[in-house]
Amino acid sequence: MSNENLISVKNLSVDFKVSDDIIHAVKNVSFDIPLGKNVALVGESGSGKSVTALSLLNLHDMSHVNYPSGEIVYQQENLLLKSDSELRSIRGRDIAMIFQEPMTSMNPLFPVSKQMIEPLMLHQGMSKEDALKRSVELLDRVGIVEPSRYIHSFPHMMSGGQRQRVMIAMALACKPKLLIADEPTTALDVTIQKQILELLADLQTDFNMSVLMITHDLNLVKHYSDHVCVMNKGEIVEQGSIQGVFESPQHSYTQHLLNSQPTQQIQPQFKPTKTLLQGSDIRVYFPVTKGFFKRKIDEIKAVDQVDVMLSQGETLGIVGESGSGKTTLGMSLLRLQNATGEIIFDGQRLDNLKESALRPLRKSFQVVFQDPFSSLSPRMTVEQIVGEGLLVHFPKLSSTERLQKIKQVLYEVGLDESILWRYPHEFSGGQRQRIAIARVVILEPELILLDEPTSALDVSVQKQVLELLLELQHKHKLSYLFISHDLNVIRSISHRVMVMQQGKVVEEGETQQIFNNPQKPYTQELLNAAMI
Amino acid sequence: MNSTTEKLESSQLSSETISPGQRAWLRFKANKRGFYSLWIFSFVFVLSLFAELISNDKPLVVHYQNEYYFPVFSFYKETEFGGDFETEADYQDAYVRKLLTENGNWMFEPLNSFSYTTISYDSDLPNPAPPSDFNVLGTDDRGRDVLARLIYGFRLSILFAISLTIVGTAIGILAGMLQGYFGGRTDLLFQRFIEIWGSMPELYLLIIFASIFQPSVWLLIVLLSMFGWMGLSDYVRAEFLKGRNLDYVKSARALGLSNTGIMFKHLLPNSLTPVITFLPFRISGAILALTSLDYLGLGVPADTPSLGELLSQGKENISAWWLSLSTFGVLVGALMMLIFIGEALREALDTRRA
Repeated sequence: MSNENLISVKNLSVDFKVSDDIIHAVKNVSFDIPLGKNVALVGESGSGKSVTALSLLNLHDMSHVNYPSGEIVYQQENLLLKSDSELRSIRGRDIAMIFQEPMTSMNPLFPVSKQMIEPLMLHQGMSKEDALKRSVELLDRVGIVEPSRYIHSFPHMMSGGQRQRVMIAMALACKPKLLIADEPTTALDVTIQKQILELLADLQTDFNMSVLMITHDLNLVKHYSDHVCVMNKGEIVEQGSIQGVFESPQHSYTQHLLNSQPTQQIQPQFKPTKTLLQGSDIRVYFPVTKGFFKRKIDEIKAVDQVDVMLSQGETLGIVGESGSGKTTLGMSLLRLQNATGEIIFDGQRLDNLKESALRPLRKSFQVVFQDPFSSLSPRMTVEQIVGEGLLVHFPKLSSTERLQKIKQVLYEVGLDESILWRYPHEFSGGQRQRIAIARVVILEPELILLDEPTSALDVSVQKQVLELLLELQHKHKLSYLFISHDLNVIRSISHRVMVMQQGKVVEEGETQQIFNNPQKPYTQELLNAAMI
Repeated sequence: MNSTTEKLESSQLSSETISPGQRAWLRFKANKRGFYSLWIFSFVFVLSLFAELISNDKPLVVHYQNEYYFPVFSFYKETEFGGDFETEADYQDAYVRKLLTENGNWMFEPLNSFSYTTISYDSDLPNPAPPSDFNVLGTDDRGRDVLARLIYGFRLSILFAISLTIVGTAIGILAGMLQGYFGGRTDLLFQRFIEIWGSMPELYLLIIFASIFQPSVWLLIVLLSMFGWMGLSDYVRAEFLKGRNLDYVKSARALGLSNTGIMFKHLLPNSLTPVITFLPFRISGAILALTSLDYLGLGVPADTPSLGELLSQGKENISAWWLSLSTFGVLVGALMMLIFIGEALREALDTRRA
């Protein structure tokens, strides 16, 4: 058994020094990566999975990190004891790594060719011509069309999926025995994600390579890994084969994670009562201009002839990949984005109102944004953030009444009133999103636009936030426009679903009908890629 | 809500509840250097505000023939104290002093019995005279007490620097806000205006204006703040350009806030980092500007107590070390304390610190 293992991690602990504190990021972790297998490290943010992976290559900033215990055995040698120069010959050649963010992990100043031939010349002593030739072959292998053209392009000229392919090609350049993939598809759309993962699986068998995949996505692990290690707070709480762990999870944390997968949470039958929002023929065109006089040469149709209807108390899920225009559509409906088309909210036309006339009406339709880290002003206290809308729309409230309302709404979203004077950076992502929800709910709106409200959150927190949203909807008869790329989330919360692609509505209908019996090929492809 | 983990976290957070202001003060106090600098500086500055009571050639209280007089606050003729002239009593004059101290009369003098214009005529030594029991820090080349001039000069410099900083910073912030928030054409025009305005030769203008108008502190404040705001407005503009597309600004718009509301409540507090970072440097820069203009003779009128003028005297009388060294000490001390205070202030206002 032991000689089949490419790498064995034994009792690894990693400590971080932060000023005077020591943080035990990883505690006594042991696992093996067998030859030619895909091992997944799964956990929520802060669980220590990336730290563990970086330790394999000792890519930490050594002034802050030390290893109190453990060894990483690779070819009968402990990697932790190796000098930096010895490690450098292993990095890239034997063990390669790809990162989450294909936008930032490539140097924007150099063309692909330059970045690809470097490891080839360094580790394999190839000449420049050979290295270039090999690079083109590799790009071809990872599925880049016209590799000889793309080899000379710069990173910004490629899409996210292409960049991730190039990153994989670069990692494969020296035929590594182990590929560490740190959230390789998190930044990509579902259909691209599927292509990349299939490519990885394909290459794994081709090169007889082991893969260590770091991810938070259990769905992905289930489909592509052989072996899984579940991490929580720096410890591996459970490990085993995919079947074993998924079918009979032993540890309570694993069970908790598996139970946090969004499930159908609403009554599928919905009887529309009163139409709250009606948008017809919504269009947002961005002109493409050229030259000094800004001649209009073309248009980008971000949203193209879309009709939307939403009843009171209903949730409409808008789903689509990045660039499909779903957020632009949402913003247009609330007049946060210039658009043409008729918008009727609660019997009143919004599209021809002036901004100043619109402002008092804004109370009734509110937005919750995706990123709870950037949507709260870092210099305002929770009290100021939540109470701000009251100051604008209910200026007559006395300060005690206002405080009373703030406390009440904080309680409603599951937060304690003791946080009133704290600043956003002191909270976790889930708590911040609760604050953002409190900020809009306090105005007693009728419609809330939820723009990917759970995408930045861990699964278990995501589930809590979804539950909170449902509870609030039930209590206040709220209507939601729920924008998401995550089909699982959309399915769990929406009454109706609208599928968008390139600014147009591809398919629209009851949630169950769309998910069980999709009509259009694009919807089918999307559902297939989401592995539901 | 079945949110056990989050509940736990929030109860941990609630262990202490103090208001944001108190927390900022705690952060300020944590910086010992800045904290002590603030105390020393405020003490010295407040003292200097009462310079007339500390260093003056008029006594605080005079008891003459069973009546009380307060020469610092009112005008008394010499004849009122039994002298010869109808002019104001010269309390430094030996004859007047004799009248006021004999026959049960007494007077209570300030700690340093010179004002910044007092000239010691009855000194035996040539001016500038070295420190003595009489003039603690010596006299300058016109026989005026150096300590008195330092006290008054310090007060003037600080008041000047604070007002110049307030005016310059306010204009700078406002200009930066307008450019950054509205962007587009407003920004473009404003930027071009700044380029033209900024290329005007400041020093020549000062010289020209100094010869047209009677030079005064107010003229200097107006002229210097006309040019001092530009550097800052660029930083504020950049912060606003960055901030106006962030989600929290969008959510403020969605809440129905007006443009001014967004600018002042959301963007401004988040754009103050460069302002606060530069604040101590601006204040010390303003002190130095006044000092150097005075040194060059372009600053305040000759009679005004000024550190720069003392320095230039020190240069001309290089052997009179008490002139340059004492002025240098006051300048360095003040600038250093201001920088320390600024540093602590920046840390205190950073809400992201623990």
